[in-house]
Amino acid sequence: MNEGLSFLAILVGIIHSGIRLATPYLYAAIGETFAQRSGVLNLGVEGIMLMGAFSGFYVAFVTGNLLLGVLAAALVGALMGLVMAFISVTLNAEQGISGIGLYLFGLGASSLLFKTLLGTVEGVDGFSELQFCLASIGIDSAFCLSEIPVIGEIFLTHSVMVYGAFALVPLAWWVLNKTTWGLSIRAVGQNPQAADSLGVSVARVRYMTVTFGGLLAGIAGASLSISLLNIFQEGMTNGQGFIAVALVYFGSWTPVGVLLGALLFSLVNALQLWVQVLGLNIPSDVAVMMPYLLTILALAFPFKRALQPSALTKPFERGEN
Amino acid sequence: MKPSLFKRLQLERIIDALLPLIAVIGALLVGAVVLILLDTNPVEAYTAMFTGAFANKNGLADTMVKAIPLLLVGLGIVIAFRANVINIGAEGQLIVGALISTYLAVELGETWPNYIVIILCIMAGTLMGGLWAGIPGYLKAYLNVNEILSTIMMNQIAIQIGFFLLRGPMIDPKELEAGTNIPHSARLPRPTDLPRFTDIAQWFGFTESAKDLNITGFQGEIYGLLVEPTRLHMGFFIAILMAILVYIFLWRTTIGYRIRAVGLNPAAARYAGIQVPRTIILSMALSGAFAGLAGAVEILGLHHRMFEPLAVSAGYGFSGIVVALFGKLHPIGAIPASILFGGLLVGGDKMQRAVQVPQVFVTMLLGLIVLFVVSSEIWSRRRARRRVSTQTTAEENA
Repeated sequence: MNEGLSFLAILVGIIHSGIRLATPYLYAAIGETFAQRSGVLNLGVEGIMLMGAFSGFYVAFVTGNLLLGVLAAALVGALMGLVMAFISVTLNAEQGISGIGLYLFGLGASSLLFKTLLGTVEGVDGFSELQFCLASIGIDSAFCLSEIPVIGEIFLTHSVMVYGAFALVPLAWWVLNKTTWGLSIRAVGQNPQAADSLGVSVARVRYMTVTFGGLLAGIAGASLSISLLNIFQEGMTNGQGFIAVALVYFGSWTPVGVLLGALLFSLVNALQLWVQVLGLNIPSDVAVMMPYLLTILALAFPFKRALQPSALTKPFERGEN
Repeated sequence: MKPSLFKRLQLERIIDALLPLIAVIGALLVGAVVLILLDTNPVEAYTAMFTGAFANKNGLADTMVKAIPLLLVGLGIVIAFRANVINIGAEGQLIVGALISTYLAVELGETWPNYIVIILCIMAGTLMGGLWAGIPGYLKAYLNVNEILSTIMMNQIAIQIGFFLLRGPMIDPKELEAGTNIPHSARLPRPTDLPRFTDIAQWFGFTESAKDLNITGFQGEIYGLLVEPTRLHMGFFIAILMAILVYIFLWRTTIGYRIRAVGLNPAAARYAGIQVPRTIILSMALSGAFAGLAGAVEILGLHHRMFEPLAVSAGYGFSGIVVALFGKLHPIGAIPASILFGGLLVGGDKMQRAVQVPQVFVTMLLGLIVLFVVSSEIWSRRRARRRVSTQTTAEENA
C-alpha cells in the first residue's frame, strides 16, 4: 500500500475517476436506450464509437477546434445510425448480425482512416477540466469550487463533456416519459401493430431513434478521443460500445437504470485502475477482468426483466399476424 | 402451373442461391469507391489481392491455412445460428481451447507418445471451448440473458485469463531467464506438431518438387502446394471432415433436427415435446466446441506456441460469422466460403505491399459484406412469403 495517500484521498480518487470514466458509457447507452425502446437493437455502437472517436479527434487535430470535433463525431455517428436504421427498418435485416457488420465496418474504416490520414499516434489538447472559480463571475476571490474538500474534488473538476453526459440522463427521462415523442417511441417498441393502427409511423420513429442513438454513440467516441484520453489509437474503444449495449439491458431500458449501471461499471473499472496504481498484490489481468465478470452477473440478475420492450429485435411489417 | 410462372420461380431460385455472391460484389464495389478516394486504382488493388491469395503455391497455402480456423469457427456458428442462438464469443472459445491444448502439449509432449498427446490436446481444446460457450448457453436458456452480450463479455474474460496464464504459470522459462518476460508459452515439443501436407505427401512417396518433375504453370503451383514444404497442415483435412460431420449431424440425426426445429420456431418445438432450454445450451456448447477445436488446431498445426490471445484468435470469431453467413448457414457451403475469406485475409496483406493500402481495409470489407448479406435476405424472405401466399390461394381455389 502506498503510504503517502490517505484512505480518504484514495476514495476521492476512485469516485472521481469513476464519474469521469462513466462518460462514454452514458452517451452511448442513453442513445442505445432510445433505439431499444423503439424496438431496434443496434449492436454496432462499438463501430460507431470508433468512427466518432476518429472523426472527432481528426477534426479537432486539424482545426484546433474541439467543438467542431464533437460536431463531426456527432455527424458521422448519426450517418452510421441512419445506415443501421435503413438496414434494420427498411430492409428488415437481422439486427444482431447487422450490428456486427457495422462494428467490423467501423473498426476497419476508423483504422484505415487513421493509417492513411495520421499514420502515427498524435495528441491533442482536449476539453480542459472546468474549475468554477468565483473570479470568473466577477467576485474578487481566488477561491474555486473545485477546492471544496471531497465534494468539490469529486464533482466539480470535470470537463464539459462529462457534465454533458450526466445532463443527458434527466433529459432522456423527460423525453421518454413526459413527451408525445416518448410515448410514440415506447408504443412502437411495445406494440408496433397498435401504434401503427393509431397512425404512428413505426418506421419514422425507429429511424429517428436509431439515428439519434448513432449520433450519441459518435459523441461517446469523441468523449474518449478528445476529452478523456486526448489521443486516437486503433480499436481504442476496446469493447466499451458492447458494454454500453449491455448497460441498457442492465438498466432495464430506463435512463436512471442506465446511469446506475454506468456508474457501477465505471467505479469497478476505476477501482481496478487504482489497484494497479497502488501496486496491490492482485494480478492486473484479474483486475481488468472484473468489470466484464460483473456485467455478466448483472445481466443474469432477474429483476425487472418484464420491462424489456416486447418488440425488441423484431422487424415490423404491416399486415403480419 | 403455367410454364412462365414456373420459369420465373426457377430464375428466382437461382438468384436466391447467388445472393451472397451478389452481396460480396456490392461490398467490393463500395470498397472500390473507398480505394478511389484513397487515390488507389481499385482494379490494381483487387488484382494484387486475388493473385496474392490464389495464384501461386505460397499464396494458396496461406489462404488454406487461414481457411482452417475460419471453417471450424464458421461450422460452430452455423450450428448456433440454426438454433437461432447468436454466438459472438468464438474468439474467447478459441482462446481457451488454444490455452488448454498448449498446456497439455507442453506438459506431456516430451514423455507421452505424440499421437496420444495430439488427440488429447484436440479433445481437451474442443471440450474447453464447449464448456466456455456452455456458460452463456445456460444463462440464455434458464436466466434469459442475451447471449450476444454475455458471449462478448466472455471474450474479454478469456483474453485476460490468457494474459494471466502467459505472464505467470505458462510463461516460456526462457523468457524468465532472459528477463524479457514477453507473455508467450514455451514452444511445443516438436513431435506434437500436426503433420504438414509435405509430410503426408512423403508418407505416400511423393518427394520430388515440381521443378524436379518439370511441372510448370498453375499445375506446378498446385503440385507444389500438395507436395513441397509450405505451412499448410493436416488441420485442413480435419476441418473438411468436420464440415461433412456437421452436415450429417444437422440433417440426419434427431438432435440436429431438434436444433433446427428450435431455431425455426421455439414455440412449435416445445409443443412437439422438444426440451428447448436444453437444446439451446447444447447448440451453444457445440458451437463453442468447434471454436475450441479451431484453437487447438491453430496451436498444434500452425503456431506451436501460445502467445497474445488476440493475435491467436485473430478476429476469427467475427470473420467466422461472415463465413457462416456467406455459406448460407450450410456446413458444406461454409467450405468454399472459408477459402474465399481466407483468400481475402491473405490477399489484404499482399495488397498492402503492392499498392500501400493498409490491411485493415479487409476488416472494413468484411463488415460491408456482412451488411450486404443480411440486407439481401429481404429478397429471399419476400419470395418465401409470396410462395406461401400463392400456395394458400391455390388451396382456396381448389
